[in-house]
Amino acid sequence: MIEKDNLKVLTGASAVAEGVKCCNPQVISAYPISPQTYIIEDLAAFVANKRLDAHYILVESELSAISVIAGATAQGVRSFTATSSQGLVFMHEMLHWCAGGRLPLVMVVANRAIGAPWNLWCDQQDILSQRDTGWMQVFANFAQDAMDLVPISYRVAEECYIPTLIGVDGFFVSHTSEPVKLFPKEVVEEFLPTFNFKFALDHNDPFTLWPTLEPVLYHQYRGILFEEHRKALKTWKKAFKEWKDLTGRGYLPVEGYKVEGAKTLFVTTGYLTGTTRWVVDELRSRGKKVGLINLRLIRPFPSEELREMVRDAEILMVLDRAVSYGVSGIVSEEVRAALRGDAPLVKGWVVSTGGREVFPSLIEEVYHRSIRSPQEESTEWI
Amino acid sequence: MDMKHPAPAEELLSSGHFACPGCGVALSMRLTLKVLGERTRMVVPASCSSVIASKYPHTAMKVPFIHTPFAVSAGFATGIAHALELKGDKESPVMVWAGDGASYDIGFAGLSGAAERNERILYICYDNEAYMNTGAQRSSATPSCTWTPTTPSLKREQKKNLFKIMVDHKIKYAATACVSHPQDMMEKLKKAKEASKEGFSFLLLLTPCPTGWGMEENLTVQAARLAVETGIFPLLEAEKGRVRITHIPTALGEEEGYLKLQKRFSKMRSEETKALKEWVRERWRELDSLSSSLP
Repeated sequence: MIEKDNLKVLTGASAVAEGVKCCNPQVISAYPISPQTYIIEDLAAFVANKRLDAHYILVESELSAISVIAGATAQGVRSFTATSSQGLVFMHEMLHWCAGGRLPLVMVVANRAIGAPWNLWCDQQDILSQRDTGWMQVFANFAQDAMDLVPISYRVAEECYIPTLIGVDGFFVSHTSEPVKLFPKEVVEEFLPTFNFKFALDHNDPFTLWPTLEPVLYHQYRGILFEEHRKALKTWKKAFKEWKDLTGRGYLPVEGYKVEGAKTLFVTTGYLTGTTRWVVDELRSRGKKVGLINLRLIRPFPSEELREMVRDAEILMVLDRAVSYGVSGIVSEEVRAALRGDAPLVKGWVVSTGGREVFPSLIEEVYHRSIRSPQEESTEWI
Repeated sequence: MDMKHPAPAEELLSSGHFACPGCGVALSMRLTLKVLGERTRMVVPASCSSVIASKYPHTAMKVPFIHTPFAVSAGFATGIAHALELKGDKESPVMVWAGDGASYDIGFAGLSGAAERNERILYICYDNEAYMNTGAQRSSATPSCTWTPTTPSLKREQKKNLFKIMVDHKIKYAATACVSHPQDMMEKLKKAKEASKEGFSFLLLLTPCPTGWGMEENLTVQAARLAVETGIFPLLEAEKGRVRITHIPTALGEEEGYLKLQKRFSKMRSEETKALKEWVRERWRELDSLSSSLP
C-alpha cells in the first residue's frame, strides 16, 4: 500500500479530471454542457500545459463526442469524454451501438435532470434512463470516489469489453469542493494495464465492424452480452479489492452502513448517501434500529449481494431520484426485482427530481411514514 | 476509360455483393477503392452500402469496413484518423462513404463539424438523390419536381447545393465526380486521397440508381453521362475555396434527354421542365462567375 498522503481540495469535476489524467487517454472529445463543463475544462488545461499527452477534439455535438471516442477506441486507442443530461440522451443511439459493439469506453455523466420543463439541476433521470443500453453503471458519492472510479472503470471495461458510465451527481458532487487524496501515477500504472485492444481495425487483417447479423445470429450475439454483463460483477469485485490493496480505499457493489441489527434500511445511490448516513446516525442515537445500503453499481446489478445484506431487515426505504412514470422509482424497481418478492418490504420514495434539495428532515419523514404502515409495499412521490 | 492510365487491377469490392443490377453506387465504390487502396478504413452509415457489403459471416469488402449509425460517420472517422496518427500511421486513408440522406440531411452537422475542424479524412457522399435503401423517399438532395413515394404530388423544394456548402468550409480539397467520366473521377480521387493526409477532403459523386430513378438497369452510365453533359451535374473541383470546372458540358440546354430516361420525372409538366432548365442555367451562370480558370 502506498501510504503517502497527497491531500488536495478539489471539486468532484476536478477530481474526475485528475483521475482521467492518470489513465492517460490519448484521445479526448468534448462538447460542453453544465454541470460537466469543469471536467472538460480541466482536461483542456492539462493538455495545454502538457501535463497530459492527448489529442483534444472539440466537436459540434454530443453525438459526435461519443462517435469520436468510439472510432478512436475501435482503432485501439484509449479515449475519454464526459457529458450530462440532454447531452447523454442525445448520445442514446450510440450508447446502444458501443455496448452492442463491445467497445470498452468510459464516460463520466454529471447527473442532471432532463427537460421539459427546462432544468439545470441534479437528478438521475439522465443516467438511469440509459440503463438498458448495455453499458455498466457505477456511482460516485463524493469527489474521492469520482476520481478513484475512473481507473477502476477503465480496468473493468477493458477486461470485460463492456463500456461504463460513471455517475457523478451534478453540483452536489461535481461542484462541491472536498479534500481528495491524489494517487501517485505509479498506482495507476500498476493497476491499469496499457490498453492493448485485441480487436483494433487492421488493414493487414481486414474485418467488418458491426456487420449485419440475421435474426438467429443477432439473438445469439446479444445473448453473449447479456451473460457477460452478469459475469462482470466478479471483475468489479476483483478490481475494487485490488484498488483497496493499493490505496486503502475500498468500494463494494453494495455497501452497508450500520446494517447490523437494523430492521429498516434506507437504500441510496450517489450523493444522497452522505446525507442519509447523517440521518442514520441521528436516528440510531435515538435508539432506532436503522441502517443504510448504498448501491455502488446499478449495472451489473448486484442482486445476490443485496439480498444477502438485507436478509434480516423488515423494510427497505428506497430514495429515488429517477422514475419510470406511473410505475415506480427506477432504483426501487431494481431493488424489488432483485428481492424477487422475498422479505423485506420495499417502500419507494421519489424524494427529488430537478435538484429539489433533500434535507435530513425529509429523510426522517420518509422513515416515520414508512414504519407507520409496515405491511404494505408502496411508491410515493414526496 | 483512357487505357494509358487504367484503373488498378486489384478488386477490393468482390463479386457477390448485394447491390441491385446496374447500381451506380457499386460501380463507384469499386473504382474508388481501386484508387484509395487496401489500407483504406471505410466508414459507412446506414445506407444502400450497408446492404451492398453483404451480411455476416460473408463480406464483399476487402478493406476494414465499419457500419455506423446514420448520423455519426464523420465523428467516427475522426476518431479513427486521430488514433492512426497516434500510432504513427499517416498513410492509411480514412474514408467516409455516405449516401445523400446521411450527408445532406441527418449527418449534416457531423459532416460540417469535421470539415470545420479540418480533420484528416476523406468524406465521399454518393448521391443517388433519395433514400434509396428504404424505397426511394425524398431527401434534400432530391431534385425539384421529382416523384417519390413521400412526394406523390412531386417535390416542391430545390436540391440543396452541398458541394457549394462544403467549398465554403474552405476545406483542403473538394470535388464532384461521376462514373460516366472515370478518368476525371480517378484523378480527383487521387488528389482527395493525398489532400486527406493533411486535412479534410470531400467528394460528391452522382450515382444513378435504376431501381429508384425508374429506368432500365443498363442505362446507369448513360444517365450519368447525360447528367454531366447537360450540365445538371457539373464536374468541379475546389482547393481552398477556389472552384474550377473540370469538364465543359457538351449538351447544355438539352436536359429533356436526361429527364425522359427516368420514371421519377415522368409527372413533370412543361412549366416545371422550364423551371428546371432555368435552375441549371442559373447554376452555370454562378459557376462561370466563380470559377477561376476555365480550361
